[in-house]
Amino acid sequence: MKITKKEVEHVALLARLKFSEEEKETFVKQLSGILGYVEKLNEVDTSNIEPTSHVIKMQNVFRDDVVTDSLPREKALSNAPDKTEKFFRVPKIIE
Amino acid sequence: MELYKLTIHELHEKLKNKEISAKELTESVFKRLSETEEKIKAYLTITKDEAQKETEEADKNIKSGNASPLTGIPLAIKDNICTDGIKTTCASRILESFIPPYDAAVITKLKKSGYILVGKTNMDEFAMGSSTENSAFGATRNPYDLDRVPGGSSGGSAAAVAADECIAALGSDTGGSIRQPAALCGIVGMKPTYGRVSRYGLVAFASSLDQIGPLTKDVADCAVMMNAISGHDPCDSTSANIPLPDFTKSLVKDVKGLKIGIPEEYFIEGIDKDVDKAVRDAIKLLEGLGAESVKIKLPNTGYAIATYYILATSEASSNLARYDGVKYGLRAEGKDLIDMYMETRAKGFGSEVKRRIMLGTYALSAGYYEAYYKKAQQVRTLIKMDFDEAFKKADVIITPTTPTAAFKIGEKTQDPLQMYLSDIFTISVNLAGVPGASIPCGFTKDELPIGLQIIGRPFDEETIIRTAYTFEQSTDWHKRKPNL
Repeated sequence: MKITKKEVEHVALLARLKFSEEEKETFVKQLSGILGYVEKLNEVDTSNIEPTSHVIKMQNVFRDDVVTDSLPREKALSNAPDKTEKFFRVPKIIE
Repeated sequence: MELYKLTIHELHEKLKNKEISAKELTESVFKRLSETEEKIKAYLTITKDEAQKETEEADKNIKSGNASPLTGIPLAIKDNICTDGIKTTCASRILESFIPPYDAAVITKLKKSGYILVGKTNMDEFAMGSSTENSAFGATRNPYDLDRVPGGSSGGSAAAVAADECIAALGSDTGGSIRQPAALCGIVGMKPTYGRVSRYGLVAFASSLDQIGPLTKDVADCAVMMNAISGHDPCDSTSANIPLPDFTKSLVKDVKGLKIGIPEEYFIEGIDKDVDKAVRDAIKLLEGLGAESVKIKLPNTGYAIATYYILATSEASSNLARYDGVKYGLRAEGKDLIDMYMETRAKGFGSEVKRRIMLGTYALSAGYYEAYYKKAQQVRTLIKMDFDEAFKKADVIITPTTPTAAFKIGEKTQDPLQMYLSDIFTISVNLAGVPGASIPCGFTKDELPIGLQIIGRPFDEETIIRTAYTFEQSTDWHKRKPNL
């Protein structure tokens, strides 16, 4: 599997990552190498095999609808890089 | 005898009988730390002031006869487990100043038991790595050879235990990150069954594989730690709501009639000769004590690494999307919102984390999902079925933990695939969700520790502990200490 520089740029945008030209070249090589290795999964016949997303068979874990304590606002905001008294502050989104 | 050299169960006896105080014990550990930490670099944060307060509390409880097995015992915690008010960085620039506003479930449990926090240990950034070289804050050294890696990603925890810079530690294991460093540092490490221990407050890497577990100096301590951290937690919907055994009841020297499965796929070319011999000798020893070995097959073993590096990176790419420079962690300036995200993540993450996010994003992206992610999930089913089949014939499975002993610092950093391949024997266990432990079983010619991996049925850590304890009580490997 050969992955192109254009694909690296596309995936980087999806992943919200930014790379220098040199880093992109490294990724072209390394990701192609790793994906080449992963190709070996195609040797395995998986027809009629259910995919496993979780090893424990459990579904829909419910709890009673009761009010419990939640994180106080000051604590939730305590690590924010930019904030007002009550809110996280982000760069302007709407013109 | 220096107190820092002792185990949890030995120290508990001394504390309970008032031969020593928690204060003396904590001072002994911090004294050791001041002598060796410069060489080992196991810790990212050392919590000496907090430890002093906790020690006073512990001594009060001991005095009034309320000593639990962990009261007054100094422990180290991997830096991806949240500690209220104490920096938790995941060895990443992006969380360099993150101070959790709450405790992980395991920390709440340990606090109730009266433990003493020594500090937060170094790791591969976001637990992604096998050598602790991927830490943004520098590599940890193997106490047996300072030019070698301690393994990873819980390398700081393993090195701290091996160097007696704490009495025991917690780590996390997604593809071998407790067992592999335990093997490379000559200590005991256990990855419990998926769902045995709450993941609440463990910074997520790959949620369907991650599990917290203990790193200890011997098997008895492993059982004590398992008692302290296991159990259902409403805050983690994947934690199992099933009755909890007393793991110390499995500290029994008896393997008569035990069936040990030996998978031929794990004794392959490329295993170091000394490792191969040590593991085969260990099996012989257990046979001599009444166990019976049976040949088993785990035919899909050769596909485990490829499966893992699709599933773990896919889950990681989703889990690590939360580091966006808004709620916590680093923020870099950008010309608009998207650019702010990209600058923040470019500056905050190290190269291995970026590599895995890229791989996972690629595998999940439109057009590739079926070919990579779904395919890997299907192979995961087959790997799990291999174990189900094997455990019809065997009570435990025994393998080497790693193909070689500790490698040199820098040896594998240039080739990510080579680094991934060092996890070849540990990864299937996470994919199948079964429990596994590594215990010391010998040393190479170069005096480097060798680990024996014991794998058990789901929620049967007890048989692993009994097998490990029987082996340990018949050998002296766990008593060796590095020359520091």
